[in-house]
Amino acid sequence: MKIKSQRDFWSGLMFVAIGLGFAWGATTYSFGSSARPGPGYFPFGLGILMAVLGGVVLFKAMTIESEGGDPVGAFAWKPLSFIVGTVVVFGWTLPHLGMVVALPILVIVAALAGDEFHWGEAIANAVLLTLGCWLIFIVGLKLTIPLWPAFIG
Amino acid sequence: MDLLSNLALGFGVAFTVQNLLYAFGGALLGTLIGVLPGLGPVATIAMLLPSIYALDATPALIMLAGIYYGAQYGGSTTAILINVPGESSSVVTAIDGYQMARQGRAGAALAAAGLGSFFAGCVGTIIIAAFAPPLTELAFKFGPAEYFSLMVLGLIGAVVLASGSLVKAIAMILLGLLLGQINTDVISGTPRYSFDIPELTDGIGFVAIAMGVFGFGEIIANLGKPAEHREVFTKHVKGLWPTRQDFKDAFPAVLRGTSLGSILGVLPGGGALLASFAAYTVEKKMRGRPGEVAFGKGNIRGVAGPESANNAGAQTSFIPMLTLGIPPNAVMALMVGAMTIKGIQPGPQVMTSNPQLFWGLIASMWVGNAMLVILNLPLIGIWIKLLTVPYRFLFPAIMSFCCIGLYTLNNNAFDVYMGAGFAVVGYIFYKLSCEPAPLLLGFILGPMMEENLRRALLLSRGDWSTFVTRPLSAGLLVAAALMIVVVMLPSIQSKRDEAFQDAD
Repeated sequence: MKIKSQRDFWSGLMFVAIGLGFAWGATTYSFGSSARPGPGYFPFGLGILMAVLGGVVLFKAMTIESEGGDPVGAFAWKPLSFIVGTVVVFGWTLPHLGMVVALPILVIVAALAGDEFHWGEAIANAVLLTLGCWLIFIVGLKLTIPLWPAFIG
Repeated sequence: MDLLSNLALGFGVAFTVQNLLYAFGGALLGTLIGVLPGLGPVATIAMLLPSIYALDATPALIMLAGIYYGAQYGGSTTAILINVPGESSSVVTAIDGYQMARQGRAGAALAAAGLGSFFAGCVGTIIIAAFAPPLTELAFKFGPAEYFSLMVLGLIGAVVLASGSLVKAIAMILLGLLLGQINTDVISGTPRYSFDIPELTDGIGFVAIAMGVFGFGEIIANLGKPAEHREVFTKHVKGLWPTRQDFKDAFPAVLRGTSLGSILGVLPGGGALLASFAAYTVEKKMRGRPGEVAFGKGNIRGVAGPESANNAGAQTSFIPMLTLGIPPNAVMALMVGAMTIKGIQPGPQVMTSNPQLFWGLIASMWVGNAMLVILNLPLIGIWIKLLTVPYRFLFPAIMSFCCIGLYTLNNNAFDVYMGAGFAVVGYIFYKLSCEPAPLLLGFILGPMMEENLRRALLLSRGDWSTFVTRPLSAGLLVAAALMIVVVMLPSIQSKRDEAFQDAD
């Protein structure tokens, strides 16, 4: 059988897998009965329903013709890894090294993900944003965000 | 007449210099904070709750109400400008508002949102004053079965909102509902799908999903495109003001949105949210004038309708809180908290025991709305200037605000990691052309839906027919079924496809 729509095929597969996953997970909680539904009742039903719908999407992907096979296309690995990576790094650096270190790293690495990168601009942007965020969040809103690295403060 | 004398009492309280100042301060603070992506009304009010300790009850509540409107308006501003809905009820505003902004019509979108909200606010105020008692009776008639059916209707309404495959959109709702199941079961106290991670037992934060999928995911998708195809804003900004034609298009939408919002807002359980997407659905179903921009591609009715509905709903959602003491949403829960801090027991007796507070608050809602218009219309120019900043400067800024916003949710890096995870998820959705808006709505309604389903089943002793034998519930379910049938009809199906293709 030939796949008629790549995007729908993969999303159908994703729905089936996640639906079954949730339904399987729900079996570890007490199911109860309709008169006294337990914590597993609702997620189990939802998971099965979603797997069924995923099946419908899969079926349509195999049968209904779409223009040019509706390919998923290449993944943008560079922006994906840079953006996600830098957010994760920020999650670690902010509590440990403070905003003064965490934010410039975030801004510069994020800028690296784009295809028009200039060091001068990125650094200027980093300085400006760090200053701005300090004014807004720490001075203005008085939020408890670590500003300096933990070993200094 | 009662209504007039009550309102006169209210305006007498609201128009003292002190209370006007607090209303203004609240609206200003709310707007400023609400504009920051991810900081919606709940976060804003929670953050500023300690500041009311020193105030009297009336100015304190007036200020909080101002913050609420301000933050809500600020949330729509970010939805329109950078496609990050600041709160759940502006999810639908983002659909057309952001498209308008990209076509250089951000000014028109913001003005439509602002003026529509103001109009809805005026009407909402009058409705609260006139109908608070009778409307409360209607809410009494709603049992768990009715709530469940209402939410089914709301979610089905959300499906019609997605462009593209209907089945995929329903699957996305289910995915949202399932993500909402990651929490501690309310009834039995069992942690579900938490994998022994303590942070997950409280559930995933709405903000983490919204920022990850809409904020970060969008940035990755944009950067992944070759520069010339990138979805950025046109440099050519067409006027700050809506055109005469815009007013003509938007005004009926505002009227419809206001009436829908006023009715749905009274229902406990996310009235403003339901109202905004019900209004969007209605606008989409209405016959537009020939040659109008398609929905999902920057139609002004898609901004004006939901925004007025949302504001009218926000207004009338005070009714259950003021009259029954039942908070219909998180913001109202905080308001109830604030009232108790001030030693006032929320409930039916507030109207009689503290008439000054009750009517003063109602009058100050109108004042707060008026201040928002005065405050925001001149600011539109500034918001639009923001859009002329090149994307390579803008996206690191969005990321900075989002990341800090995520961290400050619980002062915990966990939400930042969740945001990163949902960035990947959002990018996958984008690649597979799965519309993420229904997921978010399902996620918000999930826990409420489960609770009401289980309560309804408990009450009926496991008999599922309770949903169709109770007339109100049956009516709501029939409406939901009709919506699916209507969308599935071949003639409409092809029209729907056509509408989305025309716009490409």
